[in-house]
Amino acid sequence: MATNATSFRSKYRAATDHIVTGLAILATVVVVVPLVAIFVYLMLKGASSLNLDFFLKNPVPEGESGGGMANAIVGSAVLLGIASLIGVPIGIGAGIYLAEFGRGTRLANAIRFTADTLNGVPSIVMGLAAYSLIVIPQGHFSALSGGIALGIMMIPTVARTSEEMLLMVPNIIREAALGLGLSNWRTVLSITVKTASPGIITGCMLAFARVAGETAPLIFTALGNAFWSTNPNQPIEALPLQIWVYATGPYEDQHRLAWAGALVLIVLIVLAVSLVRYVTSRGVLKGAS
Amino acid sequence: MRKFLNARGNSAFADRVFKWLMTLCALSIFAIVLLILWELMLRSGMAWHKFGFKFFFQPGTRDRYSGLLNYWDPVNGDFSALPFVYGTVVSSLLSLVIAVPLAVGLAIFLTEMCPKILRGPLAFITELLAAIPSIIYGLWAVFVLVPLLREHVNPLLSKYLGWTGLFADTNPTGLGYVAAAVILAVMILPIISSLTREVMTAVPHSQREAVLALGATRWEMIRMGVLRNARIGIVGAVILGLGRALGETMAVTMVIGNTPEISKSLFANGSSMASVIANEFAEAVSDIHRSALIEIGLALFLVTIIVNAFARFLVWMVTRGAPARVH
Repeated sequence: MATNATSFRSKYRAATDHIVTGLAILATVVVVVPLVAIFVYLMLKGASSLNLDFFLKNPVPEGESGGGMANAIVGSAVLLGIASLIGVPIGIGAGIYLAEFGRGTRLANAIRFTADTLNGVPSIVMGLAAYSLIVIPQGHFSALSGGIALGIMMIPTVARTSEEMLLMVPNIIREAALGLGLSNWRTVLSITVKTASPGIITGCMLAFARVAGETAPLIFTALGNAFWSTNPNQPIEALPLQIWVYATGPYEDQHRLAWAGALVLIVLIVLAVSLVRYVTSRGVLKGAS
Repeated sequence: MRKFLNARGNSAFADRVFKWLMTLCALSIFAIVLLILWELMLRSGMAWHKFGFKFFFQPGTRDRYSGLLNYWDPVNGDFSALPFVYGTVVSSLLSLVIAVPLAVGLAIFLTEMCPKILRGPLAFITELLAAIPSIIYGLWAVFVLVPLLREHVNPLLSKYLGWTGLFADTNPTGLGYVAAAVILAVMILPIISSLTREVMTAVPHSQREAVLALGATRWEMIRMGVLRNARIGIVGAVILGLGRALGETMAVTMVIGNTPEISKSLFANGSSMASVIANEFAEAVSDIHRSALIEIGLALFLVTIIVNAFARFLVWMVTRGAPARVH
């Protein structure tokens, strides 16, 4: 009787184990297959819609066929340029503080925590802040306000990745530089940051690629513009904004352009993510490992 | 000697300046949060004075002609954020219901069962999907997901579950809360799953070995050795996913239907806090309209800050002892 009960119990346990294993595999399949399908679908649909006109021509009036997104690409470049000017230096500076000066201090912990929290703030709120900070005082929509909204969004990402990359640089290198009589700031800039620079650069690229696809903060800052414009003081078109307008419109030709635009953004993201992964996993930080 | 001292003095000065500059950069992160808070409070003051705290739960007024409840009336300047709060809460919670079991299952598979060859590519895919912009998920949802729901899923659900009233077949477009929840689930899955994985990896191996040595099966080992130790962090990961879902804008705006109404049916058109800002702000008809939208933004900001801070705190509680990992 007792042996019966134990054998039943062990069978029950083994069965539960198998069932859970099955469920976990099922969950993985249920998640991964559609996600990969989405990804492949986007690539195929985008690839079949992309042509040279997309990069070279301005949009045509609704209902006409042809045209491209040249002005949106240039607009995105302007916006991202402004954003990088703000986000990259401040972000790297904050990363240097976190990794080199504030290590272990309470202030650094608080800043790290705030940066992570700021990372989770919805992008539309950033747009509202930029609107009230710049658009209202200026009295008109502008590329500048959109760029600043994106730049603010870059700071936490750049700061955290730079910090992580700098922490990978071993202390021996710092000590060697200081031991040779280099001043602290020279050590940080020419030795530590330089050693970690591939990582820091890819971190910046990742932040760049992320904000490149942001739409919400641009709707009421950069606004959009049907014409070619590079003036930071005027409304400007951006790739994600254009995708939004085209995707929600009724025209087949515009849908095609939206898919092509999506592909361009995805390629940017894939490049950035793979680079970051390559740098962090293969120890490209030469001399660091 | 003198030259040496000079150089030393200069470098000490330069060191101090450099350190201050870097500290300033770091402090700017605080400044940004405060600045956003201040600006939003300033610009939402008008709506705050007019509607007060009631703004968020004031029931709508019944329209004289149509008999429908009217919550959001830009023309007469009468605003209540209730339908948007409702839409945000319903779509986010529904997306968690879909995403959490799958994400935890995926994380368990990746950390405890997965063959080594698969681990890298799968982790890479989840990372990649977490980075794809919201607008692209929205694009996919509009052209693939919504037709799919409209043609196949919604009729089935309303046929078998229609009696609950939650799946009433009233909306022929396929848009609505369900569509928003599904696309939100797709978007927060990678985030929840990668954080859960991180938390589970942080559980020391000795815990697993101890449970296995007592004769546990693999599932018992996962349950007692891993999940029990990591549960706080997993809750943190889920809450972080919730934070993302609450503030998600573009994809939701494209599929939720955008009507300021409250419906019991999950297939009905609705609107979320973020989507109403995205849709109406650029074309707001009056200052009070704009102010009301900014007040919704302020609420969104405060809620996501609190939710994120809480979630980060929980994750940190579990991973603080573990060695730092670059992800």
